[in-house]
Amino acid sequence: MSNLRSLTFDAIIIGGGGSGLRAALELAKSGKKTAVLSKVFPTRSHTVSAQGGITCAIASADPNDDWRWHMYDTVKGGDYIADQDAAEYMCSEGPKAVFELEHMGLPFSRFDNGRIYQRPFGGQSKNFGEGGQAARTCAAADRTGHALLHTLYQNNLKNNTTFLNEWYAVDLVKNANGDVVGCIAMCIETGEVVHVKSKATVLATGGAGRIYASTTNALINTGDGIGMALRAGFPMQDMEMWQFHPTGIYGAGTLVTEGCRGEGGYLVNKDGERFMERYAPNAKDLAGRDVVARSMVMEILEGRGCGEKGDHVFLKLDHLGEEVLGKRLPGIVELSKTFAHVDPAKDPIPVVPTCHYMMGGIPTNIHGQAITQDESGNDKIVNGLFACGEAACVSVHGANRLGGNSLLDLVVFGRAAGMFIEGALNEGIEYLDASESDIEFAMKRITRWNESEEGGESIPELKAELQDIMQNSFGVFREEKNMQEGVKKLAELRGRIANAHLPDKSNVFNTARVEALELDNLMEVAEATAIAALERKESRGAHSRYDYPDRDDVNWLKHSLYFPASKELKKRDVNFKPKTVDTFEPKVRTY
Amino acid sequence: MSNLQVSVYRYNPETDSAPYMQEFQVDTKGRDLMVLDVLHLMKEQDSGLAYRRSCREGVCGSDGMNMNGTNGLACITPLSDVVKNNKLTLRPLPGLPVIRDMVVDMGLFYKQYERIQPYLQNDTPAPAIERLQSPEERDKLDGLYECILCACCSTSCPSFWWNPDKFVGPAGLLQSYRFLADSRDTATRERLTSLEDPFSVFRCRGIMNCVAVCPKGLNPTRAIGKIREMLLADAT
Repeated sequence: MSNLRSLTFDAIIIGGGGSGLRAALELAKSGKKTAVLSKVFPTRSHTVSAQGGITCAIASADPNDDWRWHMYDTVKGGDYIADQDAAEYMCSEGPKAVFELEHMGLPFSRFDNGRIYQRPFGGQSKNFGEGGQAARTCAAADRTGHALLHTLYQNNLKNNTTFLNEWYAVDLVKNANGDVVGCIAMCIETGEVVHVKSKATVLATGGAGRIYASTTNALINTGDGIGMALRAGFPMQDMEMWQFHPTGIYGAGTLVTEGCRGEGGYLVNKDGERFMERYAPNAKDLAGRDVVARSMVMEILEGRGCGEKGDHVFLKLDHLGEEVLGKRLPGIVELSKTFAHVDPAKDPIPVVPTCHYMMGGIPTNIHGQAITQDESGNDKIVNGLFACGEAACVSVHGANRLGGNSLLDLVVFGRAAGMFIEGALNEGIEYLDASESDIEFAMKRITRWNESEEGGESIPELKAELQDIMQNSFGVFREEKNMQEGVKKLAELRGRIANAHLPDKSNVFNTARVEALELDNLMEVAEATAIAALERKESRGAHSRYDYPDRDDVNWLKHSLYFPASKELKKRDVNFKPKTVDTFEPKVRTY
Repeated sequence: MSNLQVSVYRYNPETDSAPYMQEFQVDTKGRDLMVLDVLHLMKEQDSGLAYRRSCREGVCGSDGMNMNGTNGLACITPLSDVVKNNKLTLRPLPGLPVIRDMVVDMGLFYKQYERIQPYLQNDTPAPAIERLQSPEERDKLDGLYECILCACCSTSCPSFWWNPDKFVGPAGLLQSYRFLADSRDTATRERLTSLEDPFSVFRCRGIMNCVAVCPKGLNPTRAIGKIREMLLADAT
């Protein structure tokens, strides 16, 4: 063990997507010894796939726009379990963060007056829901994530950030006091395993959509940070809250941006009926994503789905004309032709609700500090551990995220974490060093796979089984008995994964080993999701139960907190105390 | 049977003294799969097969490779586009050192990208809001900013094969022009000065392989032509 090489940094950021790169940029500028450790070259991170835009009240489309309206929409969209202090911070700091991106060079689309182009997105309103549809999503055509990620990477190059590209973080290292003091990581190219020592460890590892069989997420979205935190014994918040995006391409799962409906597209059933008019008379196709996804499933279940099997609906765009499609939605035209064999200028795109986003994650405060609970149920900061982006649950998204709020979350809270860590490092951070046995504990998993023997089951087959369980028992609509079955199957699967076999033990660019380590993380995320979903006995936001169809504010106007050691679900208070505006009191949520 | 014959480049430096081609039979069940799907099926047969992949929808640029002689992205290349006589040959991107199987060392490619200072430079103080840019000015970035750094173009370019250390290559030059064309960038002169040697730009011979293979439909040759024009105008 003592021959393990160690690398020492002030801060290590695990993950090279939007939030990780934004945090890194802040720290690189401060001159702190920082590194970004990413399992893929940073511009291959999943942020690159974001399409429609970044929602923010920059008052371009509407000079009277107000961040408070955006905050109201966000809190309502999250079905009132978004923390209002966090939503306040994101919406009020947002414009600064977006203008910074523009100054860094992000090629936003423009209005005639030269300002940033903004389009309408779902769940957006003016004047606290009273003033009709807003257009608040800043866009670079329909490639906003690509433009944002490349801009952040480029500015990290400019500021000489250290990158450990194609390195895989295996597990967190904790000292005797339970502080996080670094991680175990593997260089994928050489297979070398090292001990990374750090005063601040930031999990910016993104989502975990790959727990589902059908997802818009990249193949790399395996919840690595969530798995690491759970194995280290830290709780997860609101893991039952998974967003199913209304428009994944039928069969392929690739995303079709909500911006299509923002630009005037709409959904139709097999009769050609614009069915959202029945479910959301005011917002129609631009209601919250959870509402639209459920409506689509209802149409399909009631026999009005399209196609031979009647198992999807159509997204109609042809009436927008080739010019709008070419100018505003060029990426969608490409994706539809490639994956649906459809030219949207002529024919509708077959779509179906598809797993898209994890609202839950590592609970943090607005500075990115990870939070757990002490014995009496009070919040307690985890020393040394930070999270931002999709891996974190601040929580600004509550039970359902609004479109365009993900990119804003990444840059606002990546930036906030970077600033806070810089300040903390300036004040001085001293933690006890990890002991040999602490390091050995974090090495357990990689050692286990390296010693796995023939006779164990295959990794891809176990992964497929896990994805089927999640798809079948924890989808858009949920129900007690089916979920109990799912939880039972997952418990059994955990035992089988513990005995699975890694056939290839070679060192150089061994992607089979990476996939084995990812499977462990999928297992952790799936189980946390399943238990939280079973225990939350109500319907709220993305969590819809046939057996508990109503929102239950008496018992469940709360965050759920899943503890991995006991597999128990506890509750945590939602913040209803924004600093500068009045509290948005829970109301019945209609669109 | 609908078995596809796939011949794939294999090399693991730990166990192989030299690279070799390995034959696979893949049951596609008659579907017009993407080449990446075929690689997944092959990896189920042999977990040791190494290749990069991430978004699986043509936007991250991980899985550039050579398919029946042409560079492209495996995830958005349907078999019907490349397979001839039921045969598919997969090789790593040409001209870069191979780490293992389909995985190449992209170091030289990234170095040329970094060399052109791929970030906006503006020496005026930033305003309180965004810098204004007219739609016409912004239109000039279309066809440039969409590059995904997959390296399909540079690794199909003979000039880059011969001088990967001195010729910036189509991908880097496309990005160079993306900043030269940006109305918000003020470093035009410095950017041009760094490119005026005989190699950086002028090794482009207009072969246009880059244009033929770009999976995003971009045109590096046109961008290189514009840089040449700017360099010539700057010299007179």
